Amino acid sequence: MSQFTQIKDHWSEQRQFVRRVFVCAFLVVGLTGLVITRLVQLQLVNFEYYSAQSQGNRIRVQPLPPTRGLIFDRNGQILAENLPTYQLELTPEQVPNVDDTLHRLAEAGLIDAENLPRLSDLILSHRRFDSIPLRQRLSDTDVARFAVQRPFFPGVEIRARLTRNYPYGTVAAHALGYVGGINAADKQILDPAGYAGTSHIGKVAVERAYEAQLHGEVGHEDVLVNAHGRHMQVLAAESSVPGRDLLLTLDIDVQIAAERALAGRRGAVVSIVPSSGEILVFASAPSFDPNAFSVGLTPSEFRVLQEDSNQPLFNRALSGQYPPGSTIKPILALAALDHDIVDPENRIICRGFYRLPGGSHRYRDWKPEGHGSVNLHIAIVESCDTYFYEVATNLGIDAISISLRNFGLGSRTGIDMAGENRGLVPSREWKRSQFANRGDQIWFPGETVITGIGQGYLLATPLQLAHAVATIATRGKRYQPSMVRGLRDPVTGTTEFRQPGLLASVDVITESNWQLIIDSMVAVMQGPKGTARASGYGRSYSITGKTGTAQVFTLAQDEEYNEEEIDESKRDHALFVAFAPVEDPAIAVAVVVENGGSGSSVAAPIARQVLDAFLGSRTL
Amino acid sequence: MILAYGTEASVGHGWGGRILQRLHLDGVLLAGIFATLLVGAVVLYSAVGQTKSVMYGQGVRVLIAMVVMVAMAQISPTVIRRIAPWVYGIGIVMLAMVLMAGEVGKGAQRWLDIGVRFQPSEIMKLAVPAVLAWFLHERPLPPSLWLILAMLVMIMAPVAMISLQPDLGTAILIGLTGATVIFLAGIGARYIFSALAIVMASMPVLWYFMRDYQKQRVLTLINPDSDPLGAGYHIIQSKIAIGSGGIFGKGWLNGSQGQLEFLPERSTDFIFAVAGEEFGLLGAVAILLLYLAVVARGFYIAATAQDTFSRLLAGSISLTFFFYVFVNSAMVTGLVPVVGVPLPLVSSGGTSMVTLLAGFGILMSIQTHRKLLPR
Repeated sequence: MSQFTQIKDHWSEQRQFVRRVFVCAFLVVGLTGLVITRLVQLQLVNFEYYSAQSQGNRIRVQPLPPTRGLIFDRNGQILAENLPTYQLELTPEQVPNVDDTLHRLAEAGLIDAENLPRLSDLILSHRRFDSIPLRQRLSDTDVARFAVQRPFFPGVEIRARLTRNYPYGTVAAHALGYVGGINAADKQILDPAGYAGTSHIGKVAVERAYEAQLHGEVGHEDVLVNAHGRHMQVLAAESSVPGRDLLLTLDIDVQIAAERALAGRRGAVVSIVPSSGEILVFASAPSFDPNAFSVGLTPSEFRVLQEDSNQPLFNRALSGQYPPGSTIKPILALAALDHDIVDPENRIICRGFYRLPGGSHRYRDWKPEGHGSVNLHIAIVESCDTYFYEVATNLGIDAISISLRNFGLGSRTGIDMAGENRGLVPSREWKRSQFANRGDQIWFPGETVITGIGQGYLLATPLQLAHAVATIATRGKRYQPSMVRGLRDPVTGTTEFRQPGLLASVDVITESNWQLIIDSMVAVMQGPKGTARASGYGRSYSITGKTGTAQVFTLAQDEEYNEEEIDESKRDHALFVAFAPVEDPAIAVAVVVENGGSGSSVAAPIARQVLDAFLGSRTL
Repeated sequence: MILAYGTEASVGHGWGGRILQRLHLDGVLLAGIFATLLVGAVVLYSAVGQTKSVMYGQGVRVLIAMVVMVAMAQISPTVIRRIAPWVYGIGIVMLAMVLMAGEVGKGAQRWLDIGVRFQPSEIMKLAVPAVLAWFLHERPLPPSLWLILAMLVMIMAPVAMISLQPDLGTAILIGLTGATVIFLAGIGARYIFSALAIVMASMPVLWYFMRDYQKQRVLTLINPDSDPLGAGYHIIQSKIAIGSGGIFGKGWLNGSQGQLEFLPERSTDFIFAVAGEEFGLLGAVAILLLYLAVVARGFYIAATAQDTFSRLLAGSISLTFFFYVFVNSAMVTGLVPVVGVPLPLVSSGGTSMVTLLAGFGILMSIQTHRKLLPR
């Protein structure tokens, strides 16, 4: 009933309503003012901040990887280059049906059906506008086959990418090294900014040692991108600086001759220009194909290389350490002359063995019946062990150690390659530090005896042996072995040549002593009784040499060495060092053939082929 | 005074005014709507990356909405008042149907498929103020406490159903629409303050009932950098877009945030950020002032309406329109949490455009169906 008592007062209700509308109008203006204040705060007060944020959103810096420097031999032959290889790529957003396309590609034989699940995952894990590589290194046949069927595969394309290529294949592979994908260990040592966009890095040898110069400088592009990362436009760019070209000291023709001579064996040939230390030949056999690394080895391919008992990946020339055997006899002879402990004319009688004074152990000569009456010259020419057992005993290990070290043995030559081993020149201190058992820490006289013929603890790399014989050729002047003659800027074309690195020379009191041992080494090759006279026949230049046959396995006192009966891995290493021409040495060479047998019959002919290849083509 | 401008025109001075009067259209409101739609089309064209098909679709929607607006303007407020409770009832039934068998769209059940897909909650945006105005029409104002409570029930029923869909943004806006009617009806200040106190007190309870993503939106507003690529991404990119626009903007079609797709939902909820980026502070303020002009004309129509129903409904529609503008612009500038509210007349989208123009049609009907009373 009460509701009827209240009468609607239209006039007062309208006045009330208008008042409320005004309140609302104030509210509206107030709230709008709030939003405008906020806009002022964002667009006026904090404009700089948001403007920078917006710039950061829209611009991506895209690295432009540099082109790797090329590698040439000393005559300008190209040894490492960058070739476009073709790869099959797919852009998902342009492909109507990805699964169907993959299946049809497999049917066409362009991709391996086995890889289909892996490729599907790969495609799913990328953005839809990314170009995804399906298969690398397409053959010309594959490229042609795809070209015919291209209309049936929208969104699939063949793209060219630069891949490191070594036109000589396995030749000089151990000198050049190879490039491979950057791994975790590489990442630790390189500057990530400099390698943005680079996928491969030099792994060993020259490719590794000159990585910094070969790589070049990364450039960059400022790319306008959208929220999904798609490139819309290039705003600015700074181009990359290509890596510098390497001009090697290597002579690829001589290298080929050396590797041909070594073929089928395990061993190394190192050849040096004595007057500069430039490496002419740097061969290690067996070799491998570095091209396989630049395109990527499959795990099974890599396992085959790793598990090969001949160790094709092992750089014997640089890292192989062998007993130098008789090849060090000229050095010991020089030391003995310099210390005045032998008279070159003085003769001893060699009966085929040596006994320490008061000792019973027989140190055998390689010639069981003995060399008879022997002076220094004959001892080198015929490689008489007995003579050098006595020389070593008289010199003592301390003097031996110092003179071998003077020739660079026992320490790294400092060649511009990664992975060099230092070899080993034993000494009293070395033995003391090396053995835990106090009884073994003493240096025994018998150990000095066998050091006299390059056996015992003594180890040298083929590179060190080549360096040592080059030092004989220069009569004591030592140059640091080097693989690189110069670095060329591919943009300006200017070449910066490296100066030969002079090392501490071997000084002797009587300069004519050099001539004595060089004459003996000449007779090794050219004399009627020289151990390597067979390799000296028919030459067009004068030549010196010294054979070495290093025991790998110690025979019992009454045992006979019989190459036919002994296990291949226990056969002697064959060694040989030489330089030529005698008057003006242009090339020094060291050859090591693992388990090859005798130095004269196996190693010396290999050296002769190297010398012929280098000097035969020369106009004398 | 701006509110008075156009009074003469609407009663029919000049041949243009007479045609508009014949068609029951209000010239000032129409001009404001056209201007806003035009600006909106310019911004939208940029926001959709100059895609012609989207513009065409939007044009068709505007045309349909215009037809609805003109149709609504022909219906006299008396008729609207009589059908209001029926529309409200049908709306409640449809909301119940959505809850039971609604089609899933964007993770929430908002759509009802009856030949064409549409959101019943859109109907409620007009049905709720209309039914409340109908309810108060014959009753003396200000309403008694019992009437207020009855109206609260009428508001809360659809609000609860819509928030269950879940569509918290629309539910809150419909709740606000209802509240505007109660406020305009002239309830006392003590009711208003106690209502505000209850709302404040119920905040923790509301928090408890909120879904995870809704809580996330509120938390994101407080600290957008806590999850810059996830929940905070929208608001961070939106602020970058607006802030980097500066005073004069980056120029039409030149906003990198919008053109390069960093700004999400740029053609719908975040279109105001596109405007802020490309037209700067001046452009954004100009758009806000354009809206204010439309709202002001709405208030004028409400203030000069001849009966309680018309007054309340016109006032509520105008105020609600402003709330949409405010909530959207405040959300895009990071003042309030991200709720799915489009910018009226500018954002691309279906039913909301029809609802908006239907509301303006009602305003025009109220303005043009006035009886000449002896004053």
